[in-house]
Amino acid sequence: MTDTASPKPTSGRRWLFAALPLVLFAALAGAFFYQLRYGTDPKLIPSALIGDPVPQTVLEPLKSDKPGFGPDDFGPGSANGQPILVNVFASWCVPCRVEHPIISALARERGIPVYGLNSKDKREDAIRWLNELGDPYTRIGYDPLGRAGIDWGVYGYPETFLVSPKGEVVYKYVGPITPQVLEREFLPRLDAFAEGAQ
Amino acid sequence: MIRFTAAVTGLILLALTGPAQAVLPDEKLSDPALEARARVISQDIRCLVCQNQSIDDSNADLARDLRIIVRERLLAGDTNQEVKDYLTARYGDYVLLSPPMNLETVLLWSGPFVLVAIGLISIGLWYRGRRAQMAEAGGTLTDDERRRIETLLSQAGGDDDGNNRTSGDEGRAS
Repeated sequence: MTDTASPKPTSGRRWLFAALPLVLFAALAGAFFYQLRYGTDPKLIPSALIGDPVPQTVLEPLKSDKPGFGPDDFGPGSANGQPILVNVFASWCVPCRVEHPIISALARERGIPVYGLNSKDKREDAIRWLNELGDPYTRIGYDPLGRAGIDWGVYGYPETFLVSPKGEVVYKYVGPITPQVLEREFLPRLDAFAEGAQ
Repeated sequence: MIRFTAAVTGLILLALTGPAQAVLPDEKLSDPALEARARVISQDIRCLVCQNQSIDDSNADLARDLRIIVRERLLAGDTNQEVKDYLTARYGDYVLLSPPMNLETVLLWSGPFVLVAIGLISIGLWYRGRRAQMAEAGGTLTDDERRRIETLLSQAGGDDDGNNRTSGDEGRAS
């Protein structure tokens, strides 16, 4: 505009400033996209129990012919050095029905002991549910008020914990165990324990 | 008039409604001091099913269970901090709506201050660059510039009417 050519010694820096918002936007967009596409689901809350011994809660048995469980039923000498799965279920929980055959197969074919934690359920409903679908559990604890569930940090149904042969919680999965989840999350961990035992 | 009455009635009704409360009468403690503490704690405990609501606001089943546990712990003589510790032992820091400052949350807490600092530094640098540029230009006008301003000023003073502008421009061009 001006007739006299104004010297611009800082034009390089000026460009840098002009580009800054664009660069920031691109960086943020990239970060958000990555989190949306590949990041962890924010609805999944990591278990606070990982690395800790199982909770001290003792659960009464659900059925007269099958024991409940407490902290003494984990750890050395309780399952022949095998890891144990603790599966939180209820008869009213629809996804529990979905994962039931997979848990049954895991217990039957790999001989993994699975403890059932029947939470916020009516006893007769739970027993009817097991009679209908089959009972894959080695032990079933009955937790009508959901207090044991809270001690285990349960917030959704179903949830499945993996407890090491030492009696420490090593992993928790929230939601139904699908074949993909079994393949991706559970089998590698169970295999690692099987190798460690040999 | 009818519309006015309706509007006033609506406003009065609106004023009568309080914030919705999820706490049910049967959960409340008889000791008002303990109940007040329970409310304060509950407002900082996240409802894990509904995520961004506190258990004090939420109608979810688990929120109700946690509210009852908060009150039980208070009756058992726990301090506010002990109640929170009880819950974080089971659900982790995530259960607190205001997460504590630690290595994992340091970015969360310091982020806004870092951004403000970056902004202030950028503004400072920009002003310094501008001042240097002005100092370099000498800060005074050349004779050429002064003459140009005088012409422009006298022209602006000459025509008050916008319609004359075009002809004025033409006059200058010829």
